[in-house]
Amino acid sequence: MTTQIIDQVRHVCTLGGLQSVLAIDRAIPVLHAGPGCGQKLWGAIGLQNGGQGSGYAGGHTVPCTNATERDVVFGATDKLEEVIENTFKVIDADFFAVLTGCTSDIVGDDVGDVVRQFQKQGKPIVWAETGGFKGSNFIGHELVLDAIFDQYLQPATEATPGLVNIWAVVPYQDPFWTGVYSELAELLRSIGLTPNIIFGPGGGVAALDRVTAAQFNLLISPWVGLKGVQQLEERFGTPFLHYPVLPIGPTETGKFLRTVAEFADLDRNKVEQYITERENHYYHYIERAAEVLLETRFLPRHFTTVTDSTYGLALAKFLVSDLGLIPDRLYVVDGIPDHLQEEVRGYFKDLGEGIGAEVTFTPDGGAVQNELRATKFRSRPLILGSAWERTLAKELNGFLLSVSMPVSDRLVFDRSYVGYTGGLRLVEDIYSAILSDFQ
Amino acid sequence: MSTIDIKRNEVPIRENRLGAVTGYVGTIGDLHERSSGCGVGNRERCFTQASACSSGCCQNQLASIADALVINHAPVGCAADSVGGNVNFKSGARLRGLEYVNVQVISTNLEERDTVFGATDKLRDTIRQAYERYKPNAIFVTASCVSGIIGEDIQSVLNELKDELGIPLVPAFCEGFKTKVWASGFDAAFHAVLHGIVEPPRFKTKTNKVNFVNFRGSARKEIINTFSKLGVEPVFLLQHSTVEEIRRISEARATVSICGTLGSYLGNALEQYYDVPYVKTEQPHGITGYKNWLRSLGTLLDAEDAVEAHIAAEEARIAPELEEIRARLKGKTAVVGMGPSFGHNYTRVLRELGVEVIWAATWHFDQNYDHGEVPESTKRLAEADESLQVSVGDQQNYEIVNLLAKLKPDIYVTRHGGSSVWATKMGIASYMITDEYAAFGFNGILNFGNVIIDKLTNRSLARKLAERIKLPYSDWWIAQDSFALLNAEGF
Ligand code: SF4
Ligand code: SF4
Repeated sequence: MTTQIIDQVRHVCTLGGLQSVLAIDRAIPVLHAGPGCGQKLWGAIGLQNGGQGSGYAGGHTVPCTNATERDVVFGATDKLEEVIENTFKVIDADFFAVLTGCTSDIVGDDVGDVVRQFQKQGKPIVWAETGGFKGSNFIGHELVLDAIFDQYLQPATEATPGLVNIWAVVPYQDPFWTGVYSELAELLRSIGLTPNIIFGPGGGVAALDRVTAAQFNLLISPWVGLKGVQQLEERFGTPFLHYPVLPIGPTETGKFLRTVAEFADLDRNKVEQYITERENHYYHYIERAAEVLLETRFLPRHFTTVTDSTYGLALAKFLVSDLGLIPDRLYVVDGIPDHLQEEVRGYFKDLGEGIGAEVTFTPDGGAVQNELRATKFRSRPLILGSAWERTLAKELNGFLLSVSMPVSDRLVFDRSYVGYTGGLRLVEDIYSAILSDFQ
Repeated sequence: MSTIDIKRNEVPIRENRLGAVTGYVGTIGDLHERSSGCGVGNRERCFTQASACSSGCCQNQLASIADALVINHAPVGCAADSVGGNVNFKSGARLRGLEYVNVQVISTNLEERDTVFGATDKLRDTIRQAYERYKPNAIFVTASCVSGIIGEDIQSVLNELKDELGIPLVPAFCEGFKTKVWASGFDAAFHAVLHGIVEPPRFKTKTNKVNFVNFRGSARKEIINTFSKLGVEPVFLLQHSTVEEIRRISEARATVSICGTLGSYLGNALEQYYDVPYVKTEQPHGITGYKNWLRSLGTLLDAEDAVEAHIAAEEARIAPELEEIRARLKGKTAVVGMGPSFGHNYTRVLRELGVEVIWAATWHFDQNYDHGEVPESTKRLAEADESLQVSVGDQQNYEIVNLLAKLKPDIYVTRHGGSSVWATKMGIASYMITDEYAAFGFNGILNFGNVIIDKLTNRSLARKLAERIKLPYSDWWIAQDSFALLNAEGF
């Protein structure tokens, strides 16, 4: 068997779930891991990914036992206990999640035993075994959610009508995550629902505490988070709607809104009215930019993606359905678990206009780049990828927009490519990359 | 004094080799006196925050060699630093007009079953695939916590493949759990180079090269210029150097370093093994440091006259502007937070500019370098002002924030990603030194002084940010002594 090597990392390890904890307002992870794990992980999916820095309590603020030789020989649960105890004293936070790294998981420290003591004292603390050898941070994100759902959430006395939890992209790994969640919330609000957003500004423990009162869970992702919404259904009886495509642009966003409306049994007319309004707004700008979209020099007709599955699918749907481009090599790099691959592959079979695409699943970016080097492109290629593709794009005389981790060449605040506004942002960004390239 | 052994495939960590500590608080006088005498005992902490590990320092050094490739024998997370490494690498290449390519770091991607059954097959296969893909001139295999704990026999795999691939295959042992001093990873990288790449000199006479250990080398042009006056040519190591250049560093006239922490091991090893003298003065930051350093190099090269002429001309040239800067910085206070070599050197530089340094924190402290002496920069600082308050901590942010809250300096001068932001959030001006040549010599001190002035002139961002944000620390903690959670020596 050939080894699945990873050349050019495009995701990190399970312990990367620490950033999902930090994405909850005033929540903080406590690491039981090696001294350098944290820094490497937040460096890659944080700082070098849209310029997401330490924020309230990330970066070197994160408590960690910093495993030593003695710890890996004798175990270090006593040290962990001491660090947790002092974390409560030193750090001002509302929620804590103890996450283990490889060292602890191999040595076999009984972390659950330590954390349960604090849980018994009523502390808002959970734990998860996230040793990096378990897989990617997409899995790590799921493990963090699993721990919170399982150890922290309490059943609600009654469901709040119209309240919907939104679960979508993995915070930090997707540099646009804050914008994504707030735009999704805005879309739901506009059709009459009350979104509950856990990640990002304004959520926090209050949002977590509302989770079990939701009327339903809305999962917008090809595969990440599916386990979580199933778990919530089993434990709390909350139904879920799984919508695999992150909606970008009018076609997919319209579909998305209609699907949600139907699931939630909303007033059809109101929804249609909103869709028309937003489509008019969208097409006002597209009409105005038609010259640029059609008459600019070196316009690409095809596009290539090297992204995680969420963006691979979302971008392809938009570019095919709304912009009239043709997919030419789509690579998906998020290491989808084997048993989910067929399902995700299926989503790419229908991108709109009767066009479908074959996708290649591999976490090995170096191999992807070699294939692209050997590809004959008929026009200057348009690559939607990561900062790893900067050198390649130059070599191939192509256009590049970094959208998938690592996005080290952009600073990202609250923008996103979601919805109608997001579609416009994406068109702006792609064509700005083209316009600024050849002048 | 520890003797360097480059025949073994692994170098001892700094705690064992250099008496390095990561927990101390006191004065520079005490630190110096005890380091030169019976030694400082490390102080542990009962609360710790994520620091950094040796593997990061090690593999970024090795991966930055232009035609070498790094294989990280670890789960994918341990290779995450290659993302930032790539940004540095490409910017360094751009700075020097070199080929625009990505850094080559490949993870063996260890998974759960590998931790049970071992993964030497995976390593072997990864090396073959990597070689096939990039045809590098050397491959370094960096160890990790996982490979260390499960006892992977990396060396045997490399021995097996050596003839097949015909390039140097070198292990680098930098398991993060082995040391609290991430700079041990620099030694691991240089050791790998000494053990597996550097060859003994081919000729009796030395070349006209001087090994220059640094990071990105932004002052490259200035250095080439100055060195040409001394009749020598710098070879910048390790970033962007080639395997062939490294192979020959044993033939150089001397070795110098921009950072004592970085250069001690390589410099002293080359001196002990191949008679390439290592310049052991303070580092060339600011005026005194630069002069002592250049004079020492000049003596080694028999170029004293050229050095004196250069110094006299430069000193005269910058005098008026330096006076102006000093006048503007008079009475300002600073706290320093950096690695030990940069920290003690920059404290001196700030004092040269007339800034009062009220505290110098360093991320670790080497009680001696590989030639058996206390770092020269520490010694000189202790001579200049033995009462200077110093502390040592491996990026323990809670201590620094507490300290800054008490000391309220005009500026926090630092060198470590993510450290300056905390001062800014407290309304304190800050400057993080990203370029290792920020205060290099006569030009550097002027630039550095001007940056400090700029930072102090408009503090709007810090002030307004501080008004609006809350620090992640409890009031209880901020009211404690900054080192309340630092245990006594021996506990
Ligand atoms: S596992 Fe060890 S080597 Fe890897 S990042 Fe963590 S501390 Fe460093
Ligand atoms: S793979 Fe393991 S050791 Fe490496 S960073 Fe992740 S948790 Fe730490």
